[in-house]
Amino acid sequence: MSGFFTRLRALLRKETRQMLRDRSTLLVGLMLPVVLILLFGYGLSFDVRDAPVAVVIDDPAPVARDAVAGISGSPYLAPVFVADMADAIALMRAHRVDAIVHLPSDFARRRAMGDAQVQVIINGTDTASAVIIEGYLDSAIAETSLHDSDRTGPGGSVGAVTVVPRMWFNDANESTWYLVPGLLVLIMTLIGAFLTSLLIAREWERGTLEALFVTPVRPTEIIIAKIVPYLLIGAIDIAVCLLSARFIFHVPIRGSLALIVLTSLLYLAVSLLQGLWISGVTRNQFAASQVALLASFMPATMLSGFIFDLRNAPLVVQVISHLLPATHFMAVIKTLFLAGTVWSAVVKACAVLSLYILVLGLLTHRTLRKRLD
Amino acid sequence: MNEAPPVVAIEGLRKVFAAPDGTPFAAIDDISLTVRPGVLTALVGPDGAGKTTLIRMIAGLLQPDGGSLRVLGHDVHRDPQAVQNRISYMPQRFGLYDDLSVQENLDLYADLHGVPDDERRERIGRMLAMTDMARFVARPAGKLSGGMKQKLGLACTLVRSPDLLLLDEPSVGVDPLSRRELWAILEQLIERDRLSVLVSTAYMDEAARCDALYVLHHGRLLAQGTPDDLRALAQGLTYEATPPPGVPARAVQARLIDAPSRIVDAVPRGGSVSLIRRPECSEAAMAALVPDAAITPREAGLEDAFMLLLHAQPGADVAPAASPAPPLVRDAEPVIVVRDLVRRFGDFTAVANTSFDVRRGEIFGLLGPNGAGKTTTFRMLCGLLPATSGTLQVAGVNLRHARSKARARIGYVAQKFALYGNLTVRENLRFFAGAYGLRGAAADARIAAVIKRFGLDPAMTSGILPTGYKQRLAMAAGLLHQPDILFLDEPTSGIDPLARRAFWRTITELAAEGVTIIVTTHFMEEAEYCDRIAIQDAGRVLALGTPQAVREAAGGDHTMDMNRAFIAIVEQSRANGESAAA
Repeated sequence: MSGFFTRLRALLRKETRQMLRDRSTLLVGLMLPVVLILLFGYGLSFDVRDAPVAVVIDDPAPVARDAVAGISGSPYLAPVFVADMADAIALMRAHRVDAIVHLPSDFARRRAMGDAQVQVIINGTDTASAVIIEGYLDSAIAETSLHDSDRTGPGGSVGAVTVVPRMWFNDANESTWYLVPGLLVLIMTLIGAFLTSLLIAREWERGTLEALFVTPVRPTEIIIAKIVPYLLIGAIDIAVCLLSARFIFHVPIRGSLALIVLTSLLYLAVSLLQGLWISGVTRNQFAASQVALLASFMPATMLSGFIFDLRNAPLVVQVISHLLPATHFMAVIKTLFLAGTVWSAVVKACAVLSLYILVLGLLTHRTLRKRLD
Repeated sequence: MNEAPPVVAIEGLRKVFAAPDGTPFAAIDDISLTVRPGVLTALVGPDGAGKTTLIRMIAGLLQPDGGSLRVLGHDVHRDPQAVQNRISYMPQRFGLYDDLSVQENLDLYADLHGVPDDERRERIGRMLAMTDMARFVARPAGKLSGGMKQKLGLACTLVRSPDLLLLDEPSVGVDPLSRRELWAILEQLIERDRLSVLVSTAYMDEAARCDALYVLHHGRLLAQGTPDDLRALAQGLTYEATPPPGVPARAVQARLIDAPSRIVDAVPRGGSVSLIRRPECSEAAMAALVPDAAITPREAGLEDAFMLLLHAQPGADVAPAASPAPPLVRDAEPVIVVRDLVRRFGDFTAVANTSFDVRRGEIFGLLGPNGAGKTTTFRMLCGLLPATSGTLQVAGVNLRHARSKARARIGYVAQKFALYGNLTVRENLRFFAGAYGLRGAAADARIAAVIKRFGLDPAMTSGILPTGYKQRLAMAAGLLHQPDILFLDEPTSGIDPLARRAFWRTITELAAEGVTIIVTTHFMEEAEYCDRIAIQDAGRVLALGTPQAVREAAGGDHTMDMNRAFIAIVEQSRANGESAAA
C-alpha cells in the first residue's frame, strides 16, 4: 500500500508540473471561463435595451415632434433624430439603427383631419428583436396619441389603440438570471472536453505511456493523478462563476451554497472522467478534442435545457437529453440558484452524477489496461 | 552459468496482426528463444522483422496468439504486472516527458519503481556521472539533443537495478558518436551489475558486441548463435574487388549486383567493393564478371552473414532489372552553386556559412546527426525555405529570384514520401504528373515509363504498400517530369537492407544518365556510393570531398569505415572548438 501512495504522489507531482508548464492548458482552464462568463452574461441576452431608432420629422409643426416624444421616454428605445429619409436609410444600412420612424410633411394637416399616418420601418434580419422593437414603438407612439386624445377628446385620435403589449422577456434582467447558472454547467463541461481529453492521448502520441506501463504503476493511480490537478482548476472556475453570478450579474442564490459547490464538484468529476475516457479510447489528441467537443460540449449547450426548453422537444431528443449528465446538473443547479434547496432534486442529481463517475471511471480504467493491442 | 534458469524462455510464440488491407499476417511466427542471465542478447533484423513486437510481448504489453512466454519465471500472459514490477524497458521513443526536467524525469521513474531515498541518490548520481549529464539536470528533456535524450532514457530505465533490461532499438536515429557513448555505458553496467539485457538493433556493429544473437526477418527466426557462429556462415565466400584506377567503385559494384545468380551482395567500401559470392558460384565465374578488377579474399563480417541469410529467403531478390548503363555524362560546369549560405531561426543558426558546388551527374551526400542542419540546407536548395543570406544557384537559376523556374527542373522525394494513401499507384502518379504540368499523351508515356522502371503495380493502393515499395513509388513520382536534379531526403530510413541495395542501384543508374543526385542519409556506410560528401554538425560543414578524401582528413586509410571517419571528424572539430574557446 505504501507503494501505492509513493507512486500516486510521484504521478500527481508529474501531472501538476505538466499542467502548470503548459500555458495553453492554463489559458483554457482559467481564462476561457472568464471570457465565457462575460460573453454569455453580457452578450447573450434576450432583452432589448436602448435600441437605436432613427426619427425623421418632415413636418416642422410642434405637434409632429410631440407625436414621437414617447420614443425618447422609453427605456428600451434610443431615438436618433436625422434630417431626412436618405440619412435614416443610410444609418439603417450601416446597422447603426434598428428601425426608422418617419413623420411625413403633411402630418400636422392630416392629423387635424383625423387620419395622420406614421411610417415605421424595422430591420427584420433578426426577427426576434424586430418583433420586440415593433412592440415598443407601437406602444410608444400609441401612448403619445392617447395623451392627445385626452386633450382633443374622443373621435379625433390617430388610433384608438389602448392596448399596451407586454413583452415576454422584457421585465428586468430575467434572462441573465436564467443563463448564468447554466453557464456553470457549460464551463464545467468545457474543462472536461478541452483539458482532460488531451491527457491520455498525448501520452499515447508521445510514446510515454508505453514506458509508464512497464513499471509497477496501476491504471487507477494514473486516473487519479490525471483528474486531481484539473479538479483544482475546476474548483477555481466554480468560485469564479459563483462570484460573478452573485456580484456582477446579481443572480439570487436562494438554495444552499454548500450544495451548489458539492453538485458542481460532482459534475466536474463526471466531465473530467468523460474527457479522460474519450482520450483513452481515441489515443489521438486531435480526434479526442473533436469527439469531446461534439459529444459533450455541443449537446450540453443544445440539449441540456440551457437555452431551449426541452419539454416541447420530440421524444427522441428528450431521451437523449436525459442521458446527458449535463441535463441533470442543469436542472439541479437552476433549482438551487433560483428556487432554493429542494432536497429530492438534490439527492436525485447527486445519485445520478455519482453513478456516472463510477461508470466513466470503470470505462477509463479499461482503456488503461496496460495493453498496446 | 549455463545452469542458471533463463531470464526469458519463449516457446513457439505467435502474434497475428491485421495488415492495412485487413488480411491477417503473423508479426511473430513460431519463435523460440531464451535469454540467459548476466549476458547481452540481441534481436537483430531489418525494420519490420518483428523485433519491437517481440520486445513488447516480453514486457507484457501485447497478448500472444499462441505459444508460451515466461519471463523471470512468470507467465507474462497470466501475470504481466509481476513481470513489469521487475523489469526495465526503454521503448524506441525513450518514454521521456518533454516538459519535465532531467532530474524530474529521473525522480519520477525512481518513485514509480519505489527506489528508497539513499539508494536513489547514489544511483542517480552515478547515472548522471556516467552519461555526463550532471550539468543539465534542470533542463527540460524536450530541449535535449537526440543523443542526450537517448542517454537520459537509458538512465531512467536504470534508476534501479532491474532483473531484466529491455532496450528497443536504443540507437535508432542518433549519430555514431552518441551510439558509441551509449554502448560504452551499457557495457560498463553489464560488467558491474551483472545485468541481463535484451536489445534489438538493425546495426551489425552493435550486434557484434553482444554475446548471443537472434536474427529475425518477417517475424521468423533465421539464425541464432554467437557473433562468431554467424560469421562462420559466410566464411570463404567474401572478397574485395579493387577497380582499376579511374573507374569508380560503384560502377564495379553495379556490375556485380546485377548478377544475382552468382553474387549475393556487393557494396562499395573504402574505394573498392566488398562482395559475397554464392556458394554454388565458382571463384572463376565471379572474377569473370569484373575482369578489370583485382579480387582478393577478405575476412567475413557479421553483415556478410546477415546478407547471406536474408538472400536465402524466398522472394528476396527485389532489385529491378537495370538497363545497361550508358556512358557517363559529366561536364565541369556546376549545376548547384552554394556560397556562404546562412539560415537563422531567431537567434539560432541552423546553417552557418556553407559553400559547395555540385556538378552534373554527380551523387552528392549530406551526412550528419539529427539536428546537424541537413534538412534545413536541403529545404533551401529545393527552394522550400528562403536563405537568411548567401548565394544559391540551382540549374543556373538564382533561387532568390526565380524559385518556380528552378523548381521545374528539380525533383524532390520527401522523407515521409508525400503520397496519397487512399489513391492507387496510377492515381498518385497521374496527380503528380498533373502537378508538374504534364498532360495527355506525354503524361501517359512518362507514367508508363516510370512504372516499368521501378517495377510498380499501377492498381495497388499506395497506403498499404510496404515502406520499400512506397519509396520506389515516391521516387517514380519525383522523376515524372525528368528533372535534371533529384533531391532525396533520408530515402533509405526505415527500409530493409535489400531494398536499400536496389535503391542505390537505381541511383547510380540515374547518375550515369546525367541526373544530379543530392541525398541525405544517416547511414554512414551509404556515403560510399557518393562521389562527394559533406559532413555537417551543428550547422557547419566539417568535411567536404570524396569519401576517400574525407577518410584521409579523419586521419585514416581506405580500411577506415565511414562511421569511424565521421566520429573522428566530429571529435576533431569539437576539440578544436573547445581549445579555441579556452
